Amino acid sequence: MSETRARRATDEVLARVFREETGRLVAGLVRFLGNFDLAEELVQEAVVSAIESWPASGIPANPAAWLTTTARRKAIDRLRRDSRYQQKLILLAGSPPPPASDPDDRLRLIFTCCHPALAREAQLALTLRAVCGLTTAQVAHAFLVSEQAMAQRIVRAKRKIVDARIPYRVPSPEELTGRLREVLQVLYLLFNEGYLASVVPEPDRRDLTADAEWLAALLAKLLPEEPEVLGLLALMRLHRARAHARFDAEGRLILLRDQDRSTWNHRQIRDAGRLVEKAGAMGKPGPYQIQAAIAALHAESPSWDRTDWAEIVALYTVLLLHQPSPVVRLNRAVALRHLAGPGPALAEVEAVAAELHSYHLLHATRAEILRDLGRFQEARLADQRALELTENPAERELIQQRLCE
Amino acid sequence: MKYILLFCGGDERWDSMPEAEVKARYADISRWFDTHAAAGRIVSAEELQPARTATTVRFEGETPVVSDGPFIESKETVGGYAIVEVSDLDEALGMAKTWPGHGAVEVRPLVDHSQDM
Repeated sequence: MSETRARRATDEVLARVFREETGRLVAGLVRFLGNFDLAEELVQEAVVSAIESWPASGIPANPAAWLTTTARRKAIDRLRRDSRYQQKLILLAGSPPPPASDPDDRLRLIFTCCHPALAREAQLALTLRAVCGLTTAQVAHAFLVSEQAMAQRIVRAKRKIVDARIPYRVPSPEELTGRLREVLQVLYLLFNEGYLASVVPEPDRRDLTADAEWLAALLAKLLPEEPEVLGLLALMRLHRARAHARFDAEGRLILLRDQDRSTWNHRQIRDAGRLVEKAGAMGKPGPYQIQAAIAALHAESPSWDRTDWAEIVALYTVLLLHQPSPVVRLNRAVALRHLAGPGPALAEVEAVAAELHSYHLLHATRAEILRDLGRFQEARLADQRALELTENPAERELIQQRLCE
Repeated sequence: MKYILLFCGGDERWDSMPEAEVKARYADISRWFDTHAAAGRIVSAEELQPARTATTVRFEGETPVVSDGPFIESKETVGGYAIVEVSDLDEALGMAKTWPGHGAVEVRPLVDHSQDM
């Protein structure tokens, strides 16, 4: 037990060090070598060496210098074999280590990893590897695919970056909004991946929500004038501040209404709330800011009964204008149930029922509302349908419980 | 760096378009070419006859088999192409995004054989 805990602690330190150093190192090497693929590969090898040797030898006093030296040594080995790099080799072997790159370089790295010309899974994997310093094995494990499949996915993506010449740069101001949306989506998906995976607690599985939050914080630092970045960061922090209250000791899901609010991290909630306000003051509202505002209302409410449903419904109405999706409308219906009662809520749910017929939460929500209305037979059928559509064990158990009542 | 832009779409859509609209489309397309040619981005470009004029030669058995129709039977086919010379994928995508046609534009880098010798 204590050994596991000790290893956990080391893992966390390693994760922190790699997150801080890997992106800078890759960014600096890409600039120097002019080759994304090679630079990323060399740093990955250095990271793997560190993972192999640090747990035994201890983390070096200056981990950044260790990683830089190792990556440089690997680079020199590699370049010796390739005549095209003779000039670079002389520079690399003869010069002191390249100075720590400026933070803007990591911004380039992020935009390259999240380029829309890459498949979504490749964007996620590359960002984790090149920017956060995860190994291929860790990324594969986080996404529950084989290491070989993940390695192939990464190789293919990097080859495309080189062959199709995906540029290594921050998009021009006129492109920035669209490209940033893409990056935020990647971070949001990473977060969700980690958030859902935590339903099945696995000691060896990486907490991707921590990586996603770190990436969002980095992005917020590099693009301080973009309120949607702050919105997404706040949203992640508001969820993480309450994440551990979602499960009981046996790993069963606890609904928001039943959670012990005293266990939430209220300081983090307050800080995130301020972040939402700061973003709002920039006068450019967007979907992440609105979702964060909704999460903040829940997180700041002293109890379930005192939740400000009117404000939450209003925010969902605004969110629908930004993001007219049936899932948002369903979420709005859930809030509406508490504000206007089950009748109007059911009408809203039925309006998206056809579009969301294979989404288990549609049926679970419908079941709850039908039960409010005393239509128990229909509620049972809806719960059964929800059960057929989800494999998530915690959610299944909750629905099964309801079916037994 | 050279890329090919493959302009894809449905022939039917052109066939069913009123003549005035076809004219307007062609005017937009020629403006697009003028702009990019003036900037030195266009290496070459051609418009293809409709897919119904295509003939395909397949090498499956001993002798080549000639058959009517395009290589891939689909509603969407390649209707034209432009080979462009730009600095990177983003510049090529920028051109594709302003293409005044319908359907889709596939952007693919070309193999550079200039270093082979």
